[in-house]
Amino acid sequence: MSDQNSLLETDIRGYLEAHENKSLLRFITCGSVDDGKSTLIGRMLYDSKMIFEDQLDALESDSKRVGTQGENIDFALLVDGLTAEREQGITIDVAYRFFSTDKRKFIVADTPGHVQYTRNMATGASTADLAILLIDARRGVLEQTRRHAFIASSLGIRKLVLAINKMDLQNYEQSVFDDIESDFIEFAEELATGIEIQAIPMSALEGTNITTKSDKTPWYDGPSLMEYLETVPVDDDRLNAPFRLPVQYVNRPNLDFRGFSGQIPSGSVKVGDRVKTLPSAKETTVTRILSGDQDVQEAMAGESVTVCFADEVDTSRGDLICTAESPAQVADQFQARIFWMADDKMLPGRRYLMKIGSKTVTAQVNETKYRIEMSDLQDRPARDLSLNEVGVCTLSLDQAIPFDPYNEIRETGGFILIDRLNNNTVGMGMIDFALRRAGNIHWQSVDVNKEAHSAQKNQKPAVLWFTGLSGSGKSTIANALQKRLYSIDRHTYLLDGDNVRHGLNRDLGFTDADRVENIRRVSEVSKLMVDAGLITLVSFISPFRSERRMARNMVEDGEFVEVFVNTPLNVAEERDVKGLYKRAREGKIKNFTGIDSPYEPPTEPEIEIDTTKVSADEAAEIIVDWMKERGMLG
Amino acid sequence: MGGTLKNLTHLDRLEAESMHIMREVVADAERPVMLYSVGKDSAVMLHLAMKAFYPSKPPFPLLHVDTTWKFKEMIEFRDRRATETGLELLVHSNQEGIDEGIGPFSHGSALHTDVMKTAALKQALDKYKFDIAFGGARRDEEKSRAKERICSFRTAEHRWDPKNQRPELWNLYNTRIRQGESIRVFPLSNWTELDIWQYIRREGIDIVPLYYSAKRPVVEWEGTQIMVDDDRVPEELRKTAVEKSVRFRTLGCYPLTGAVESEADTLEEIIQEMLLTKSSERQGRVIDRDQSGSMEKKKQEGYF
Repeated sequence: MSDQNSLLETDIRGYLEAHENKSLLRFITCGSVDDGKSTLIGRMLYDSKMIFEDQLDALESDSKRVGTQGENIDFALLVDGLTAEREQGITIDVAYRFFSTDKRKFIVADTPGHVQYTRNMATGASTADLAILLIDARRGVLEQTRRHAFIASSLGIRKLVLAINKMDLQNYEQSVFDDIESDFIEFAEELATGIEIQAIPMSALEGTNITTKSDKTPWYDGPSLMEYLETVPVDDDRLNAPFRLPVQYVNRPNLDFRGFSGQIPSGSVKVGDRVKTLPSAKETTVTRILSGDQDVQEAMAGESVTVCFADEVDTSRGDLICTAESPAQVADQFQARIFWMADDKMLPGRRYLMKIGSKTVTAQVNETKYRIEMSDLQDRPARDLSLNEVGVCTLSLDQAIPFDPYNEIRETGGFILIDRLNNNTVGMGMIDFALRRAGNIHWQSVDVNKEAHSAQKNQKPAVLWFTGLSGSGKSTIANALQKRLYSIDRHTYLLDGDNVRHGLNRDLGFTDADRVENIRRVSEVSKLMVDAGLITLVSFISPFRSERRMARNMVEDGEFVEVFVNTPLNVAEERDVKGLYKRAREGKIKNFTGIDSPYEPPTEPEIEIDTTKVSADEAAEIIVDWMKERGMLG
Repeated sequence: MGGTLKNLTHLDRLEAESMHIMREVVADAERPVMLYSVGKDSAVMLHLAMKAFYPSKPPFPLLHVDTTWKFKEMIEFRDRRATETGLELLVHSNQEGIDEGIGPFSHGSALHTDVMKTAALKQALDKYKFDIAFGGARRDEEKSRAKERICSFRTAEHRWDPKNQRPELWNLYNTRIRQGESIRVFPLSNWTELDIWQYIRREGIDIVPLYYSAKRPVVEWEGTQIMVDDDRVPEELRKTAVEKSVRFRTLGCYPLTGAVESEADTLEEIIQEMLLTKSSERQGRVIDRDQSGSMEKKKQEGYF
């Protein structure tokens, strides 16, 4: 920094010119708890003079008060930001840090060590060019090291720095370093291909091999950490990949201008290039490129631009503009790797929102093929995925989308899954390839349609969905209602556990995943029955809101009537018509709703029946009146 | 440019990222707004918005929360920029606070900030039912900011829950919210103070003259040099005013924003001074120094 400082004092313009033209490197630091990540970053900030004096004063006083280094400066305190973290001495969330040297500006994602925060590490890795894996020289390669190396490589990071830290506590023994390096390289051979590994012996605490090579490790002939970070080539792969532009925004200030805005993830584009927009697959020519408010002839990966076309091609937000020579693929079924990030499990059959590029669609996980155990990279059988697990799954979408395999272009192959009820981001995924059968499924269109069926029966088809605890009286009420509707010549059918569990769904048990699949099938059947014009009565415990939501979304607005048969648990248990509660309490039945499996009551049911106040026949009458009021009975 | 592609510099990349964020968030928003604080970060954010939506105007208004204690030059600059850009400018002040005569001299910095800034901002967001609010905060400003997402989710009560943030992957932003909830969006998250100044210089962005050194009347109050901007400075203090060459590293309420003595009256000199004096940016703001972790607490309560 000394040359820089003199330039700063004597020639500020020269200094600024030099610093305006630096490149940018984004990297993550990860490793187990106590490997010294925060100390390393604090050291890099300190050595590159990015700590201001007032921060240094605060750091010195904090070090004495809560530091773990006695009278010495505790660099970790510089980066452990949130109060909860400082108290517990760990790094919970991803923290972004910034520093620069003469050659580069760096954005560091400092990611947490604990297993339960592995998802935060994936967050940091998704935008990184390089990963620094911290290893405590006393402990060697741990399960968490392997886990982090796996995540970094699956997210497409091709450069790993193996920072073998705390070498001062091992007297800078070469054999310690060599053993850990070869141990890791053996593991890394199982990771994705084309990964470069640079192992560096260091001590973040003593500053060994951080900015300059240290004479404490004369046997080491590689670069110091900063030398490596300043010179490692930033990936040019994206420039060489085919041109893509996900349309974020259609810019139309007046009738004379129609532009499509987005950030280019790969390749480059020139005025006059032939492009194709997907999924419409229309071809046209680029007539203008705006970079901000300037017209340019050419734009490249990384830039945010607005392009205009020669023809009126119907293009909207979510579409993908591609080079016509090598367009992306379009499909609605995929195999993908999914990293689960939510406390609630990922369940096959459940529907999630999927955001890929600027497009949001509905996606359903069809099947989990297997889970990847990160500590040994072996496949394990699995049906669902829990927090911090990675699996290979098949997905189907409600519409076809343009995409590239993630390994080829990150931005057009990476997606997030969003829970439809609480809107949380619950998973991240990377598309491997499209499933070919997607092209072969065609919906049959028929002339005798739902309207014809229901007109013939003089009724509006509907699903009356009875939900409630076991023994709450769902089937009793549904039966009474069915008899009542039959008596006034209405066409109905009752789906309940007895006629579905013994046939269609006899392969399903009572685990959460099976319950979801059970409800999915019942929902599909009731949808067919609605298409046939029937008033369909469904009587299932259906304990989860999101499955009931799924059933609701399968039919048209107004066709789904949720009937909450509200019987308190103690009342249902006291009735215990089938003796099931007794057996569940004795532990003879597992996963029994209300006992050791949750029931999520409806928040806004169309109809709520309090069975402690009305009889089954009275309840049926209430429902018939409700339907009549809404013109459902002709 | 010919046939060869230039290398993108760090400023190019930061600019492209910020434009991407703004377009992405606006595309899905119902009622977006840009919080415009009149400072240099707001100046950069507004400049980026003009670029991101060109040739259209940015499809959102500017909102300035006016504590009624801002420097006069800030208000003049604000109104001029709104006219020049043609954007709608909404100004909101906490009328209850005005009625009760809340001010920094009479009630202290903490209460003043709480009533005239934090509460006023919540009032304005509720009044106009904004679901997305852009803010100019940067991660390098303060430790708890370093961990905040670009899209920072707030409950219907405007609270931030640092332990329950949505993962933010690639450049995919999940901006789905329920009725009443909102998202604060920080397009400048990855910029540093130096990046901001370099970009202002590269793009020739107009900033409030208070950033440049000039002779100004200042008095010493609570250990800080404050400028006598109007006669609300208590008279016994005003009597001690002296003319000094000063400038401001940050801009806020004039009694809460310390002046630094300086001769820097060009952008280059400002940057040079910033790099050489090495005193971090928010030091001039009284609010941060109250107690360790105070910004995190403020944010949980709804401070931007």
